[in-house]
Amino acid sequence: MTTTQQTHHHPPTSRETSVLADLLGASKQFGKGPATVQAVSGLDLEVRSGELLALLGPNGAGKSTAIGMLTGLTAPTSGRAHLFGRDPRDVRARRRLGVMLQASGVPQTLRVSELLTQFRGYYPAPLPMAQIVSAAGLDGLEGRMFGELSGGQQRRVMFGVALAGDPDLVVFDEPTTGLDVESRRGLWATLRELSRLGRGVVLTTHYLEEADALADRIVVIDHGVVIAQGRPAEIKARVPGRRVRAQTSVSVAEASEWPGVVRASREGPWLELLAGSAEPVLRALLDLDPSASEVTVTEPSLEEAFLALTSDMEETQ
Amino acid sequence: MITTTATRTTTDTVTPRSNPVRIYVTEARHEFLKLIRIPIFAVSTIALPVLFYVLFGLAFGGDDAGGVGRSTYMLATYGTFGVIGAALFGFGVSVAVERGQGWMRLKRVSPMPPQAYFVAKVVMSTAVSVLIIGALFILGPTLGGVRMPAAQWISLGLVLIIGALPFSAMGLAFGYLVGPNSAPAMLNLVYLPMAFASGLWIPIHQLPPFVQGIAPALPPYHFAQLALGTVGAAEGGSQALHVLVLLAFTAFFLTVAVWGFRRDEGRTYG
Repeated sequence: MTTTQQTHHHPPTSRETSVLADLLGASKQFGKGPATVQAVSGLDLEVRSGELLALLGPNGAGKSTAIGMLTGLTAPTSGRAHLFGRDPRDVRARRRLGVMLQASGVPQTLRVSELLTQFRGYYPAPLPMAQIVSAAGLDGLEGRMFGELSGGQQRRVMFGVALAGDPDLVVFDEPTTGLDVESRRGLWATLRELSRLGRGVVLTTHYLEEADALADRIVVIDHGVVIAQGRPAEIKARVPGRRVRAQTSVSVAEASEWPGVVRASREGPWLELLAGSAEPVLRALLDLDPSASEVTVTEPSLEEAFLALTSDMEETQ
Repeated sequence: MITTTATRTTTDTVTPRSNPVRIYVTEARHEFLKLIRIPIFAVSTIALPVLFYVLFGLAFGGDDAGGVGRSTYMLATYGTFGVIGAALFGFGVSVAVERGQGWMRLKRVSPMPPQAYFVAKVVMSTAVSVLIIGALFILGPTLGGVRMPAAQWISLGLVLIIGALPFSAMGLAFGYLVGPNSAPAMLNLVYLPMAFASGLWIPIHQLPPFVQGIAPALPPYHFAQLALGTVGAAEGGSQALHVLVLLAFTAFFLTVAVWGFRRDEGRTYG
């Protein structure tokens, strides 16, 4: 691993470089001794210009830690992180970065325009104020105190702050959490626009639907490791497409051996299976238990499918 | 919605370049705005020393203290009391509240120079100090009949402004040691008894002997003696020694603050 890290080299400047940021075998643990938490283990991640990358995973999967290492908030315990070919804590790298974090805690008694002015001032070539305001949907809110805004409006201010420096790479930690449907669609449109203009966009989400709708590439993280990555279609191909339910005496252990079965569970007389397709499962079921009854085949929700993918990993670990 | 690459180039030339001075000015301005928009801070920090001066320095009138008029003596001691409060609370409470906030994390990932945050706080608490000193300097001559040569007014004002710096360091150290909710109470528990025992409320020579014995161990005592020195009412003892003691206190509290900052970094920024 060490050799790869050393040969893996990016020239420090220029927009032509397609890799904007990367993590190489990055691990992060918090705490010492028995209380140690391994948040992320040996994570490899590459963010390219013009690419919309979604980090998908349940809460506590290590997404925020990965974001923290990419943006220089936290240093990896081992492995490397680069931002524009530099240490992410380097000011020169940060001038090209925009970030929207999950945590709140913004001075309540500053006006929206003041907060944006403050952040614009940090960057050599900030976006014009009017553009930030319209991109973040803050029209008419400029004069309001941050503390007077609704939760969704506050999130939009944070979005505006992320855009303030006209960044080449924007990193959003769960940007749509707490937003209403309309704001969410608006934000999605802006993210697509940023990516279309050649900026790199990274977002974390725990909605497969959101990752699927937005991303060019999805990296699925759970328990601090990458469990799958690829284009949305590839990810969806790996998650089970059918749910089969039946009243049967077949055991969970037997059903788990059938082709394409990702997860099997029992609930009273009901056996429930998640599988890539239904037909092989039905054939095996009726072969083994001709008296199986109440058989239904449905399509699992994306959330369910995603959960199956992560629990599948747990079993094989 | 977002600028296209073409317009982006044009805006680059139109938009002024970020310059460090502007960052510092904006940070300081916003620190001050944040503060005065929370009236409770302004009321307690500015009004309290002014009110105390009016009650104890002017209303009683009477005896001389330290060889000068009481209103002159107390101009120095309540000035000391006021600027210490501005420094302790301006730093202590705001740092305790802000550290670990999402806003600070965002600043950390921005290209803001980290020292701008601290410089802004020094400017802010100095601005509050100037307001306090200004109010006292108006009340002293008008209501208390304080008469001094211009040079003494200027040196008292300067000593009060510069002498507040060790207490900024102390506030900073507190900000990193205590939580956001307990910060104001903890600071008061230290600030008020320390002010009393250092002779900021009642002239030091009128305090019980054992309190007079404690005073030299307290930083405000040395600050007050420097301020009193400018109006010719110091207790005696070397002024240089007071300066040295205050420098040592500053170094100590800055060390504690740096330790707290590092400890915080590991914890909060995880």
